[in-house]
Amino acid sequence: MKKQYFLNANIIDPLNSIDEVGGLIINENGKIEAVGKKVNKNNIPSREKYIDLKGNHLIPGIVDMRVFVGEPGFEYKENFRTLSEASLSGGVTSVVTMPNTNPVIDNVSIVDFLKRRGRDKAKINIFPTATLTKNLEGTNMTEFGLLQAKGIVGFTDGYKTIQNTRLMSRIMRSAYDLNSLVMQHVEDEELARDGMVNDGIISTQLGLQGISSLAEKIIIERDLTLLEEFNCRYHISQISSEKSLEVIKRKKEIVDFTCGVSINNLSLNENDIGDFRTFLKLSPPLRTENDRLALIKGLSNDLIDVIVSDHKPEDEEQKRLTFAQASTGASGVETLLPLALELYHNESVKLNKIIKTLTCNPAKILKINKGNLNIGNDADFCIIDINKPWIVKKENLISKSKNTSIEGRKLQGKVTNTFVKGEELFRV
Amino acid sequence: MANVNKAIKISQKHLLGIQDLSISDVNIILSEAKQFIGLNKSKNKKLDILRGKTQINLFFEPSTRTLSSFELAGKRLGADVMSMNLNNSAIKKGETLIDTAMTLNAMHPDIIVVRHQDSGASNLLSQKVNCSVLNAGDGRREHPTQALLDALTIIDRKKKIEGLKIAICGDIVHSRVARSNIYLLNMLGAEVNIIGPSNLMPKDIDKLGVKTFSDMKKGIKDCDIVMMLRLQNERMTSSFLSSNREYYEYYGLTPDKLEFAKEDALIMHPGPMNRGIEIDTKLADDINKSVIKEQVELGVAVRMACLKIFCE
Repeated sequence: MKKQYFLNANIIDPLNSIDEVGGLIINENGKIEAVGKKVNKNNIPSREKYIDLKGNHLIPGIVDMRVFVGEPGFEYKENFRTLSEASLSGGVTSVVTMPNTNPVIDNVSIVDFLKRRGRDKAKINIFPTATLTKNLEGTNMTEFGLLQAKGIVGFTDGYKTIQNTRLMSRIMRSAYDLNSLVMQHVEDEELARDGMVNDGIISTQLGLQGISSLAEKIIIERDLTLLEEFNCRYHISQISSEKSLEVIKRKKEIVDFTCGVSINNLSLNENDIGDFRTFLKLSPPLRTENDRLALIKGLSNDLIDVIVSDHKPEDEEQKRLTFAQASTGASGVETLLPLALELYHNESVKLNKIIKTLTCNPAKILKINKGNLNIGNDADFCIIDINKPWIVKKENLISKSKNTSIEGRKLQGKVTNTFVKGEELFRV
Repeated sequence: MANVNKAIKISQKHLLGIQDLSISDVNIILSEAKQFIGLNKSKNKKLDILRGKTQINLFFEPSTRTLSSFELAGKRLGADVMSMNLNNSAIKKGETLIDTAMTLNAMHPDIIVVRHQDSGASNLLSQKVNCSVLNAGDGRREHPTQALLDALTIIDRKKKIEGLKIAICGDIVHSRVARSNIYLLNMLGAEVNIIGPSNLMPKDIDKLGVKTFSDMKKGIKDCDIVMMLRLQNERMTSSFLSSNREYYEYYGLTPDKLEFAKEDALIMHPGPMNRGIEIDTKLADDINKSVIKEQVELGVAVRMACLKIFCE
């Protein structure tokens, strides 16, 4: 690989407190050699070519903490190759994959398969999670230690919640012993049973079973109460309501934990479901505008640490059904950053904070050396034309599944180039 | 002539819910229906307004009165009527609602009447077929022809709806009849009270412009109409109520509770009734108070009007 030089970029690297116009030098091994305002024309040998980024933004590659891939078992929805291509087009260079596959990721032998497929088919960095319980049954825990030794970064039952309180306390104790990361989808199964949308006037009018925000709040209360006793690395995968934030605010003063939010819950509300739009059947459900605004405020107040895409590819057949029968989830890895930039353009969240929640914050929770522009690190980064207007059209999506929640949305800001280990793998 | 009128007047292609209708749409349907009331009582009930038209009744949920009402309505207007009682037979073979819709669409029907257990099913169907779709009940969402026939019954007996005080009582959360009636009666100027145990009340229902009561006597006070709903045990997957006998004690319509309503109050029920659970059996059959049979009778007239207006 030849040495590469980039100049005149608006560089944002929250981990290193870089937010300035400058340059980036990548060495022959695809590692970062120098970054920041000190990199200018004078650092570059005159015979070398450089790329003038003309003020475009350069940020660390995004770390998306919640991505469902169809491999193994649902390759027709998404495989590692299509996930990789879709991610690159959205500036995402690292993804944390959920274990809800078929078979589920709950034992050491399947992890080898996963890592091999990920390595051979994906050009981005794949960080797999395993389940908290065997076969997602919520009864017996998996081998956190052995799985971790194989490269599993965290444990979660994906879209399922550990309902049994005793089991949860034991999981936390084991996770404490083995220094494992527990990521919980927070929803009381009984309260949310048969639920499809937020419980409120919209569910009443549409005649759909509602999910009360209490279902989320109760599990958060329970888990954080347990956590006071059994202090492990604990992460709330996604929250959706103002009520949950009240608990989080109170508990942040007592225990250490982290919290995520889906870009869907930051950008849409229950009214968007309109005439039974099944692409907006999500978990957690879209809630009220008031909840959405509270979540945005939660980001600014550091009550929420990361934004995820909650990328859940579903083929058309699973969505061309009545709302009750349609599957849950939306594709979103490639629109995560552009949609998050909406919060910057409408002045609800500072740009630096948005980038932080998409890069170094998730990396820190996962304890992986990604999401930064540290000298000597792999040059994983992307370049953004932050003002470029464009419209989301499902036929232009790269992901194998086209179930976007924001079809037709006008966005501002597009990833123009994405690099992994110094290699340009996407160019608009 | 009818078609010309339709093009000018009714604002919707499909009848999916009362929510989509304007007050003038409602008046068109009701005044059309009034004209069929007399016909249905006469000896020769057959017209040829819909001769050559094909009406398909697509019922995914068991139904006797709505299905027979629509079937009879279509036949009296001269349409070729085909009723498909699917009850999940096609679904069991793996066919989806959209597949069924596409199959039927290929047979060029002029109107499809659909009932489905899922809310929004008629909306989905209407997006996929070329002809008009009449919603004969979708999940918990709407049952527009039921609300229209209820309104027609009230008008027939009370000569108006505006200013009346109407109580809707029972299993509100699972009821599409309640929702359609709330929209329609509100639109026509009635004051609507919703009565039921909290476990059977949908969230934020008061935002639809109704008053809610868990005490039946308070809710029924001074009402002109008491509309009882069927307890939908088949939709109750977990414990909503302790027992039918306790429910009857607090929410069943009995002569002593009816005392709180106006003296000339009328009793309505969309049927089928659970006698002795939501309504005292003698009250249900009391011809001076109960208009339950009249509801069924006017149901045919309302459905004839809807078929005529929405059939292209």
